Amino acid sequence: MTAMLEVEGVVAGYGGAPVLHDVTLSVPRGAITAVLGANGAGKTTLLRTLSGLLRPRAGRIVFDGADLHGVPVERLVQRGLAHVPEGRGVVTELTVDENLRLGGLWRRDRAAAAQALAEVYELFPPLAQRRRHAGHQLSGGERQMLALGRALVASPALLLLDEPSLGLAPKVTAQIMALLAQLRDRTGLTVLLVEQNVRSALSVADRGIVMSLGRVVVATESVALRADEDLRHAYLGF
Amino acid sequence: MDRFVFLTLDGLSKGAVYAAFALALVLIWRSTRIVNFAQGALAVVTAYVAYSVTAATTYWLGFAVAIAAGLVLGAVVERGVMRFVEQAPPLNAVTVGLGLVLLIQGALGMIYGNDFRFFPAPVSRHALDIGSLPLLSPYDIVVFASVLLVMALLAVLFTRTRVGLRMRAAAFAPEVSRLLGVRVGRMLTLGWALSAAVGALAGMLVIPTGLGLHPTAMDLVFVTSFTAAVVGGFDSPVGAVVGGVAVGLVLSYVTGYFGADLTPIAVLVLLLAVLLVRPAGLFAGTKARHV
Repeated sequence: MTAMLEVEGVVAGYGGAPVLHDVTLSVPRGAITAVLGANGAGKTTLLRTLSGLLRPRAGRIVFDGADLHGVPVERLVQRGLAHVPEGRGVVTELTVDENLRLGGLWRRDRAAAAQALAEVYELFPPLAQRRRHAGHQLSGGERQMLALGRALVASPALLLLDEPSLGLAPKVTAQIMALLAQLRDRTGLTVLLVEQNVRSALSVADRGIVMSLGRVVVATESVALRADEDLRHAYLGF
Repeated sequence: MDRFVFLTLDGLSKGAVYAAFALALVLIWRSTRIVNFAQGALAVVTAYVAYSVTAATTYWLGFAVAIAAGLVLGAVVERGVMRFVEQAPPLNAVTVGLGLVLLIQGALGMIYGNDFRFFPAPVSRHALDIGSLPLLSPYDIVVFASVLLVMALLAVLFTRTRVGLRMRAAAFAPEVSRLLGVRVGRMLTLGWALSAAVGALAGMLVIPTGLGLHPTAMDLVFVTSFTAAVVGGFDSPVGAVVGGVAVGLVLSYVTGYFGADLTPIAVLVLLLAVLLVRPAGLFAGTKARHV
């Protein structure tokens, strides 16, 4: 079976010098892949390029066998790609329920959308208790649940997650990571996870990709990453 | 006391129109951070459309065509002009808006001439006696009913429909909305179309109460409604409505008790007072916006 996502020679940035230099990587199906690296390594830029918010200047992105060249951002969710952006992206002015329904609005099949919504409420009981609360009334952990849940309402094949642990207590981070592992094992969800928090990311990831200054320096099994002391010292700081 | 009741009802009737016009301003501000300075001129265009259609057919057909023209005009202005300044510094949109005003007023002057034209009201503007007092005219009732109806329809649209949820999400968080499959550009176009249609309605309601139809007929209404929107906080649709009614009442009392000369000053005093006490407007949320 082909990989869920193939990135070949991608160059991208925000005008001026590129942030990503010739990035090539592959995301296998049904697994959690963690993208690791210091601040400024280009992890967030990578996700923004994958979800079409940034157009690559060169290179190819193949998602589920189809080249994404020229596909607008708004169409990607229908193809099964969900991106939870940095800072969680909860629409704070809308209620929990509105945020979640927004995740399924693109669906023609309203019954499937309602079903997915019900499943998300089952998965995150705290959200079910706070349906009518506005996004800005939620705690950091609840917001992360909401952003994650909203992505799941779209029943994605590939989930791009940008720093889910940001600002969360270690216990909450552990819960989120455990949930990702559970989704992978139960539904075969593919996850591409960007993290500063290397330990918690590698606790669930099957593969790890280490980035530095806009390039991929290592891509290997996470077991190997955990074992390689030199690599950890050089790029991951532990 | 009779006079007070009369002025109150008159203020409410005027305020309803200001509320609608302020609401149209707020609709666009919320989604694009642009103050549509051309809103008055756009409303005048639709009123001239109504004028021409009414001359050939009936008032109500002209009325309906004016609202439809507002929808089309709003969409055309957004797609054709404003789209290019939405991401630019705020002054660009202001300049483009004022340029549109000059262009529209010049063009209307060339087509229709710069004379005031009689613009009819659909029903009598003579007040009916209620308990021996001449209080409300049938026209006031039409004004209240149509403004309330439009506000109710907008409230239902924004809070109860799928497209309304998309529009609100696109306004609050455009990037996140795109990631969720919302076509933000379309939502902006729709917002401008709705806003210009509400503006068209306000124009149709207020022009018969003034000097008549003229390319600049909505200029003063625009300034007053702008004040109403500022009073209400510019970010809040409810604030715009309350601000519109409040401004209508204040102007009516000032005109009634102190004379019409003081009306424009009263608008400015009110604006200044609100800005001094609550710079973000009376209905602004106290929470800072996430950028």
